[in-house]
Amino acid sequence: MKDMMLLSGNEAVARAAADAGATVGTGYPGTPSTETLEAFAREEGVYAEWCTNEKVALEVALGASAGGARTLCTMKHVGVNVAADPLFTAAYTGVGGGLVILAADDPGMHSSQNEQDSHWYAQAAHVLMLDPADSQEAHDLAREAFSLSERFDVPVMVRSTVRIAHTKTPVQVQDAAARPDARPYEKDASKWVMMPAFAKGRRVEQLSRVEEMRAWADSAEAPNRIILGDARIGVVCAGAAFQHVREALPDASILKLGVTCPLPAETVRSFADGVDELYVVEEASTYLADAVCAAGVQVSQPVNGLPKAGELSPNLIRHAFGRPVPEGSAPVEGLPARPPALCPGCPHRVVFKELSRQKAIICGDIGCYTLGALPPLSAMDACVDMGASVSMAHGFELALGADDGRPVVGVIGDSTFAHSGLSSLISTVYNAGAGTICILDNRTTAMTGRQGNPFNGQQIQGRAGVELDLERVVSAIGVEHVRTVDPNDVEAVRAAVREAVREKDRLDVLIFKSPCVLLERKVQRPYYVASCTGCGVCLTLGCPAIGKYPDTGLSYIDPQMCIGCGQCEQYCRFNAIVR
Amino acid sequence: MKKILLCGVGGQGTILAANILAEAALASGQEVKVSEIHGMAQRGGAVSTMIAVGHDVASMVIGEGEADIVIAFDKLEALRALPSLKRSGTLIVNDELIKPASVLTGKAQLPDDVDGLLFQADALVVPAEATAREAGSPKSANVVLLGAAADVLGLSAEMLQEAVRSCVPPKTVEANERAFQAGRRFAEEQGRDVR
Repeated sequence: MKDMMLLSGNEAVARAAADAGATVGTGYPGTPSTETLEAFAREEGVYAEWCTNEKVALEVALGASAGGARTLCTMKHVGVNVAADPLFTAAYTGVGGGLVILAADDPGMHSSQNEQDSHWYAQAAHVLMLDPADSQEAHDLAREAFSLSERFDVPVMVRSTVRIAHTKTPVQVQDAAARPDARPYEKDASKWVMMPAFAKGRRVEQLSRVEEMRAWADSAEAPNRIILGDARIGVVCAGAAFQHVREALPDASILKLGVTCPLPAETVRSFADGVDELYVVEEASTYLADAVCAAGVQVSQPVNGLPKAGELSPNLIRHAFGRPVPEGSAPVEGLPARPPALCPGCPHRVVFKELSRQKAIICGDIGCYTLGALPPLSAMDACVDMGASVSMAHGFELALGADDGRPVVGVIGDSTFAHSGLSSLISTVYNAGAGTICILDNRTTAMTGRQGNPFNGQQIQGRAGVELDLERVVSAIGVEHVRTVDPNDVEAVRAAVREAVREKDRLDVLIFKSPCVLLERKVQRPYYVASCTGCGVCLTLGCPAIGKYPDTGLSYIDPQMCIGCGQCEQYCRFNAIVR
Repeated sequence: MKKILLCGVGGQGTILAANILAEAALASGQEVKVSEIHGMAQRGGAVSTMIAVGHDVASMVIGEGEADIVIAFDKLEALRALPSLKRSGTLIVNDELIKPASVLTGKAQLPDDVDGLLFQADALVVPAEATAREAGSPKSANVVLLGAAADVLGLSAEMLQEAVRSCVPPKTVEANERAFQAGRRFAEEQGRDVR
């Protein structure tokens, strides 16, 4: 027996995987999943790697599993979309060593472009899904998931959400299990070669496995739990929603599901029989309610209805059920918001500033630089998913045609380019597309906390791997007009952008290469404003260090925040910014 | 169970303060949950860490009127957090205000009387940065604020101090201990009812 440790859900999953004897971990960084693989990589006797994207990560994981290793694969919910292709067929092949996929959802969209529910994937792919409600459960369920994966010959998904992944709760860790016997790989084309002749057989086996999983989900072994309370109100819930329900409706009877796919239908039906009204409480989804209905149970709606979108909270549940909701002080009206912003000295800032001067249609992408969409830069027309900047820019070109005067630009980060921008760019080149693609190469995967990627060559353990040369890669694809520009040099950025945008009939790739300011934390002597005319140009950069005096309208620079990058100094026509 | 909301601006040390609180709670055998937000929201935006501590801890989310204690690292964020505070709750505020970009560029304005609004809310305003500097640990404003809150947190001061020792970088232990004590003393000198 070991001490209690305070672990986030992510750390707990990593610890459990190592303790269960997982020796291989793969993933792609994405909030709120990122720390899981980082924590796993720090464990003894394991190997972990960041892959270029979630599809690759799951395929590497499946290969490792086929080869006999217990394997952990981590991703955020939108990463599951990318990994969906191997996921659906891995559910046919099944596994060698236990294969566990951590899918971390982000209801409320704290750091995501949508709030989809990974339950649907588990259901559609016919894989087992476990739903921890705190770090202890994340640990226990993730540990159990490896043996379940081997038992049912199926990848097992552990579904976390931001409030599980990033909430630290005490965990009683166990001693590491004796490492399970290796499951040596033996050639078996009927299991691993999913051509139609073999896949048809595996499909039938898959469906029989689902029945076995259903039986297990309803058995006493399954991690479901009933809290008996007032028999008038029965609530079915899982994950973080369970914690909110427990607090908001302390008197209710609760069926807390640890396994949500397949639904333990018999357990739900017998729970429903014992309560007057049965409710389902879940976040930003109808997966559970639909599954409960499909099990033949009538689901009641609380008097005020539950929110259909966004994160839940005890207060939202209190309100839904017509319970008293605590009141705080009245909000102070008109408080200025404090949205996130590009950091002082961010090398992306100048690129967005110059693009906005070109009146271009700008397709953005996923990363810190999505913040270029916000005022005062306001330099983005669209942002949808990883890699879409490049392909959507091509689509805009096709729609606008040669007569439209507006230049079309795609803006993408280095890691995002490796993730899926590369295949988009190949498609554009192949189809003789035009336009301008700006690759903002800040030498890291910044938004998720500065992870390595193929274009900085840093591996997850912090050691050097192989660094790919971005400009040579782009050239090799067949882009004729590619150049690397220092984004801190305003004149150079302006000239490069102007030229690329002017040449409307060709494809230009501009690589703006300069490290993220959080990577090196190089702080130089701050600038100050010596003789301001109040023209306000420096304010249009949206640098958090630059402000203006309300009375005089003149600009000033906060010496605490300024890192001395000198971008604003280059924009000041009056040479008023000095140091 | 007590719910404690730490709010501020990215980079102010709310997460370290939360870890100290959580360690102290764990060491004293209480249940604890600490919920943080990472990613997009961190980039200079408003951040908050939610802590639930005590017995029968369930939800890690703090909604309106649910916080027993709000420790605000910034005065504007303190005002923003007011609806979260219970009517009988304690509000501890760092005497600093980082202006948001919209205010810096003249697109929005701060309320006319921030200090008056905080006074009305019965806030204990702590000169945490100055106190930290005096204690010889200029970066420990977060620990000063924890010290100021020590008596209302429902955790023993000894446990908290032990947690400060175990959570801060080894070289800064003594300076942080002084910062913690200075914060505590400040709150006591203000004659705050310590329940």
